[in-house]
Amino acid sequence: MHKEMIFTGFGGQGIILAGYICGKAASIYENLYATLTQNYGPESRGGACSAQLIVSDKPIFYPHPIKTDILVALSAEGYQKNQNNLTKDAIIITDQDLVPASKGMEHGVFSVNIYPIPATRLAESLGKKMVANIVVLGFVTALTKIVSKRSMMEAIKTSVPEASIELNLLSFEKGFNYKQV
Amino acid sequence: MNEKDKSVLTGAHFINGDVACAEGAIAAGCRFFAGYPITPATEIAERMAERLPHLGGTYIQMEDEIASVTAILGASWSGVKSMTSTSGPGFSLMMEGIGLGIMTETPCVIVNVQRGGPSTGLPTMVAQGDMMQARWGSHGHYEIIALCPSSPQEMFDLTVKAFNLSELYRLPVLIMADEVVAHMTEKVVIPRPQSLKIINRRKTTVSKDKYMPYAAGARIVPPIAHAGDGYHIHITGLTHNEMGYPQIDMETHQRLVKRLIDKIRVNIDKITIIEEDGMNNAEVIVCAYGISARTSMLPVKLARKKGMRVGMLKLVTPWPFPEQKIRKISRIKGLRRIIVPEINYGQIALEVERCVAGRQKVITLPHGGGGTHNVEEILDAILDN
Repeated sequence: MHKEMIFTGFGGQGIILAGYICGKAASIYENLYATLTQNYGPESRGGACSAQLIVSDKPIFYPHPIKTDILVALSAEGYQKNQNNLTKDAIIITDQDLVPASKGMEHGVFSVNIYPIPATRLAESLGKKMVANIVVLGFVTALTKIVSKRSMMEAIKTSVPEASIELNLLSFEKGFNYKQV
Repeated sequence: MNEKDKSVLTGAHFINGDVACAEGAIAAGCRFFAGYPITPATEIAERMAERLPHLGGTYIQMEDEIASVTAILGASWSGVKSMTSTSGPGFSLMMEGIGLGIMTETPCVIVNVQRGGPSTGLPTMVAQGDMMQARWGSHGHYEIIALCPSSPQEMFDLTVKAFNLSELYRLPVLIMADEVVAHMTEKVVIPRPQSLKIINRRKTTVSKDKYMPYAAGARIVPPIAHAGDGYHIHITGLTHNEMGYPQIDMETHQRLVKRLIDKIRVNIDKITIIEEDGMNNAEVIVCAYGISARTSMLPVKLARKKGMRVGMLKLVTPWPFPEQKIRKISRIKGLRRIIVPEINYGQIALEVERCVAGRQKVITLPHGGGGTHNVEEILDAILDN
């Protein structure tokens, strides 16, 4: 198993944290290797940002993704920037309210599978917009099974502030159980 | 015990290279950090600021990098293992202090997380352009030790090693990291305290009236007495005699400079670390360090799959340069060329060329910075006939 993932969005959406939690779940709570790298400009809030994560059952030599297997896009810009370097059966997960392309396959990017989720809206329904990243992480876990639900929840518990563990786990469940209409 | 009160965080962690570096320093016994935050080294300072107060240590945010390096020299003379971290612009400012550390034989560790230069360049992006500055940046002729980590795990391991070398040979030891290794997050396993090898500086055992701070004897490295130990010590950047007093004449200077250089040259085989893989019968060797050693691993593997005999030579300690080892490698039968990918326009490649002395073709694979070599660039250079 060797999966190359990109998490992308604006600074402040918790993009890097989402990648971090996923990598931690793989390398600390499962017997996998994970390498997380990140791109960000001089400004961190509001600017485009992305986290690149490689998860593998073998040691990871080259630390950067070469072809993306899983693209998680929480902004239109992030989606646009990263849609050209996908594997043929790549999975794209988007926040459907923020990434216009989510609505359908009109862009015709290969036979790519797009899975939209109203992550920010779901997070708002839980009272905090900032947990949209964790909602998405739940959805990613259910969809890709890259790591087990249990490992991901362990990684969340040890990565977010103690006072918000409950809210984050709730957000994770919300995303994990999300059924597309 | 609360996790934050432990000096060695034994266990597996998913942390970036900067944090791993700070943890390596703390595990090695570092209890004083003076610095001025700068991308991409800021997380080292942040981690030290968070951790040191719980361990009885001191974190000082200084007014600039000149003050930072000077502060760690002073702290070291009070008997505390000390460190600072910076990136290119700050490293330039530290040059004078590094020379002072060499001349006064002050153990300390200086981390340079390299980013794109010249000048303020690319704050958030990688380069390896400071390798010759690390070697020659301060004035006067001296020898230096520099280590280049290729992963967050090595950021931990080599920081411990850097402290040990600085304590053993009494000089500033440089960790020449880079933005990618520093910001890359991977599993870092921190061992139990009892399985960490920690070296502490040799203290003087002579009586106070007989002590001469710079009398080194056959071991080349003089034993130390700290300020406050009750010994009479005098520390100066001027050429000094064994009492530590300025003595401005040719004989004293020649004796002192030769000893400062011999400390490293005589012990070069004990200091240098290289990692070799598939060197026997290699027709092509990729020689790299830091992140470029890491990015070379996949192309080397792919070229081997195509039937090429490719050796991988990783310079863990580019300084002192492992001259004898490179000379020996250059005599491998059937070897056709040595490729040196580095994120600059050819710095360590010059050293390789010097030691290979025309016996092999040395090919520089330059990169201006802002990213790492991609797989094809290195693979093409290996496969190129």
